[in-house]
Amino acid sequence: MSNATQDGSTKLKLFLAWGFVGIPLVWGVLQTLTNAMKLFQ
Amino acid sequence: MELTESKSYTRSLIPFLDRSHSIAQPGFSRWLVPPAALCVHLCIGQAYAFSVFNLPMTKLIGVTQSAPDDWRLTQLGWIFSLAIFFLGVSSAVFGRWVEEGGPRKAMFTAALCWAGGFFISALGVKVHNLWLIYLGYGVLGGVALGIGYISPVSTLIKWFPDRPGMATGMAIMGFGGGAFIASPLSVWLMSRFSTPTHIGVMETFLVLGVVYLFFMLVGAMLVRVPPPGWAPAGYVAPVQSKKLISRNDVFVYDALKTPQFWLIWWVLCLNVTAGIGVLGQASAMSQEMFPGQITPVAAAGFVGLMSLFNMGGRFAWATTSDYIGRRNTYFVFMVLGFILYCTVPHAGSTGNVALFVICFLIIISMYGGGFSTVPAYLKDMFGVRYVGAIHGLLLTAWSAAGIFGPVIVNYLREYNITHGVPKAQAYNNTMYIMAGLLVIGFICNLMVKAVDARFHMKDSDGVGSAAAAAAKA
Repeated sequence: MSNATQDGSTKLKLFLAWGFVGIPLVWGVLQTLTNAMKLFQ
Repeated sequence: MELTESKSYTRSLIPFLDRSHSIAQPGFSRWLVPPAALCVHLCIGQAYAFSVFNLPMTKLIGVTQSAPDDWRLTQLGWIFSLAIFFLGVSSAVFGRWVEEGGPRKAMFTAALCWAGGFFISALGVKVHNLWLIYLGYGVLGGVALGIGYISPVSTLIKWFPDRPGMATGMAIMGFGGGAFIASPLSVWLMSRFSTPTHIGVMETFLVLGVVYLFFMLVGAMLVRVPPPGWAPAGYVAPVQSKKLISRNDVFVYDALKTPQFWLIWWVLCLNVTAGIGVLGQASAMSQEMFPGQITPVAAAGFVGLMSLFNMGGRFAWATTSDYIGRRNTYFVFMVLGFILYCTVPHAGSTGNVALFVICFLIIISMYGGGFSTVPAYLKDMFGVRYVGAIHGLLLTAWSAAGIFGPVIVNYLREYNITHGVPKAQAYNNTMYIMAGLLVIGFICNLMVKAVDARFHMKDSDGVGSAAAAAAKA
């Protein structure tokens, strides 16, 4: 039970930590990709 | 004596920041460390996007157009140059302190310096004093760049002994990706704070300072170092040691005495020189080589695509190096780069835009890959103990390349044009020179052998052979 709680807590931390850096990064990449598409227009 | 000094060196006024307080507890997932590193690298990667402020800062007084008392672009260009210069200086000077103090203290310091740099720069904009911006963003920000850049390197390598290239590649990818966030965010913030009579640079600096401080402090809180002797579950260190992967550590200043350090310094310098020159001139070069085919708008798109490959290459090539080896990865950079640079003039003369774009996207991915693969290369050569500090010293190669690359591209272009070479062919010689530089890089890489055993640390107290000899003397 305690192991399961610890696993759940770790997964939540991982989700939050990767979301914290991943969301801004993906947003930035999409912005850049949108601009980069002008090369093919 | 040396040991006592070394220990006191790492003691902090805030114990929470000490290495000993950031040792991971059982159950800690090592996959939390890369996002901690990314928190720092994504923030300091803003440096690549600083140019978005250049034009607005030439109109702070005139607003719609530059007034006589407004700053000129040439004056503003020094801000970025100073920051990159102090990146090299601080990573070299503070490398040992970062290594011994631990990642949390280094990230915390980098956060304060980085945010402080923005706040001082905001004051500089407010009172219209450029020297304050040189001091804020240039000096203090540059110190933050150096400390922040190297802060997570050795920690990541220790957490991922099975995949050190991938681990450092993830963090250094963040440095390439930071501009993707900073550029549109800065433009948006300036548009929000600007009025018909005011340009919102000061407010943007203040907001960015607060946001970056928060992000970087989260990274500092999140980061952990592995307990002594820790290894990933199921990981078995190779029984038979490979020739170019050392199990011994080399003291940071002893590394400077080895030919390996300087060979890798040149390998990095030449690889970066080849990439940085074309990165800065990509827009103009593409339009001049393909007049009528690549418009200014398309060229801007090409630059954006190159930035994406620069970032992606940092992760992809460093990860690849875990499988094919560090030296082989650099061989690929040099050989493939040579072929591609030699192909570019052909693409220009035949008007083959697709071939030109493909060549440069691969070249720029290898430029990024050069940065991200080198920490693991150093770890293979000099061990884990001082890899962050040694990496800091090696970053001076970046500063040198930052001068060589653009100078070669710009001056050769000017020389060719003034001697009657058509603009479309003005870059051909440059491409062949870049290819030549990669041949030299190939030879340097070929000469890299295992570090001589006399440079290996004799004990685990932080005293290198040279330091020990000096202490005895």
